[in-house]
Amino acid sequence: MTAAGLFVIGATHHSAPLSVREKLTLSANAADELRARFATMDGLKEFALLSTCNRVEFYGVAATPDITARITSVFCASRQFDELEFEKIRLDLRGRDVVQHLVEVSAGLDSQMLGETEIFGQVKEAYAVAQSSGTTGPVLNRVFQKGFQAAKHVRTHTAITEGQVSVANVAVDLALTIFGGLSNTRILLLGAGEIGEKTARAFQSRGATAITVASRRFERAMELATGLGASAMPFEQRDARLAEFDVVVCATSAPGVIISVVTAKTAMSKRPARPLFFIDQALPRDVEPAVADIENVFLYNLDDLAKIADENRAAREAEIAKCRAMATERADALWHQVAPQVEALSGRHDAQTVHREKPA
Amino acid sequence: MFFDFSDRTWLWAASAFYFAGFAHGTITLHRHGRPSGPVNYALIAIGYALQVVGLGIRGSAVGGCPLGNQFEFYQFTAWSAITLYLLVGVPFRNSLLGYFTSTFAAVLTLISLAIPAWDATQRTHVFGDNPWIELHAALAVFSYGVFGLLALTSIMYLLRNHSLKSKHLGGWFWFLPSIFDLDQIGVRLLIAGVTILAVSLGVGSVYWLRDMSTVNIAKLLVTVGVWAAYAVALGLRLRGLLLSKRFAWSCLALFFAALLSLGPVDKSRNPVARHVEVWTK
Repeated sequence: MTAAGLFVIGATHHSAPLSVREKLTLSANAADELRARFATMDGLKEFALLSTCNRVEFYGVAATPDITARITSVFCASRQFDELEFEKIRLDLRGRDVVQHLVEVSAGLDSQMLGETEIFGQVKEAYAVAQSSGTTGPVLNRVFQKGFQAAKHVRTHTAITEGQVSVANVAVDLALTIFGGLSNTRILLLGAGEIGEKTARAFQSRGATAITVASRRFERAMELATGLGASAMPFEQRDARLAEFDVVVCATSAPGVIISVVTAKTAMSKRPARPLFFIDQALPRDVEPAVADIENVFLYNLDDLAKIADENRAAREAEIAKCRAMATERADALWHQVAPQVEALSGRHDAQTVHREKPA
Repeated sequence: MFFDFSDRTWLWAASAFYFAGFAHGTITLHRHGRPSGPVNYALIAIGYALQVVGLGIRGSAVGGCPLGNQFEFYQFTAWSAITLYLLVGVPFRNSLLGYFTSTFAAVLTLISLAIPAWDATQRTHVFGDNPWIELHAALAVFSYGVFGLLALTSIMYLLRNHSLKSKHLGGWFWFLPSIFDLDQIGVRLLIAGVTILAVSLGVGSVYWLRDMSTVNIAKLLVTVGVWAAYAVALGLRLRGLLLSKRFAWSCLALFFAALLSLGPVDKSRNPVARHVEVWTK
């Protein structure tokens, strides 16, 4: 074996469509079972398993050349997935490329939503599980720990994580530019569908606590409100109680306008000094466009939000070259440190394996 | 050795640091699309320290608070605004408030230094032996600093409002404080400014009532006028009649009017009352 004993195999969103990833995804129990099987696999010195909605990856240090094929077989068998099909979508990197890949994944450069930060926590969690299970050793410990440092460096020295790229998070950012914080901001969610729920959850994740749900079907509003830990109100009360709210997320399937200029003006007359922010995510639109002309009222529709998300995405993409250059520099330095260890570990293991195989 | 420098040299140096804050902020915004935060704060703090030394030397020379001519009014106003920024602006040091404040201070101090006529006369013991009237003057000019900061937050409010309404939120617009926070800061600054100026007028009135012959009527009218205008703006704002853009524009217009009124007021001083001593430079 050479330093190429360090490997990563798996499948990611780059080659595997959602329908395939659904079949490959690992539940917590399935991941535990795989870990148990890999732990006894002969020739596998160290390993860690990363499973998210966009990737399943096995990082390891191999002492025998066939180890990746054996891992593939075990994994495909556990997922009841055809091995030949898996070969077509398989990610298979060795040596230095593994280090670079790990840094890029941790920094969000390899994510479907470029620059997202959630992946960093997921990789850290995967490493923590591997470490507590005792399946990591000197190589993976160093690769992961130094890799995290490199990823942090990339994220803090570039604009790769700046600006939100999902419509729901853009809406939350806008609310923050209007109100500063969300802890005292009262939010009304009109419509209890998936889009509204997603936006409400984005608000909650950034500190919003006072959310009220209103829907034409009150029982659906109650159901969603219960799920969100929010309160519900009858849809018919929306005009009368509009002045109580700071942010109004409109995501109904109503065929026409449900917030008119007159309604908005009446609400503002009761709270003239406090801004009112309408997020109109409905198609057709729920809020009359002229509402945007009222003083201290801000209206953003789906196109406005998507445009900002696109601009942010473009800004992130413009940073990719800079990020990759940083990742490459750090990966080279890290690989220079771990390559001798990988080589030594593989060589020693070769001897042990041979030694073990002799009596058999 | 440095203590041999004249007061104006220190004030030029202070101005240079305020200008450096503006220049560095502009370059950082242009290149990186974000404010320079701690660097800007440090430049302002150094400029402030130099200005304190300069004003201190001048204060010693004139035997009181250096508020004897238009040059000193502008310097003191800039100093007041920076004092407030350094005291209350820390939470906003990563926003654009520092950039705007350094720009404001650079403009005021550079203009005052660039017009020698404003500093052609230096009046010693301008307040006589009366510490109360000195306090009155210092508080009055300090309130101008507060109103100056209010004008800055008003500009920031208008920029933030424009960016939100026009949906142009890219670049450095993200670093403006939230529109709600700017409005709240504006109201608090207005309350502070009106209160400080009211206290100043109250202190001054005790002195005026004792000897009306020493009162500069033009100065009194302008000062009371400035206070009344700001007090009316505050009353309308608190009653919800002067809001958002109109409130911001009003605060901006009032400050420029107040600043422009300083020149005529300075020229109208009663030669008998002001204990003038013209220095040949």
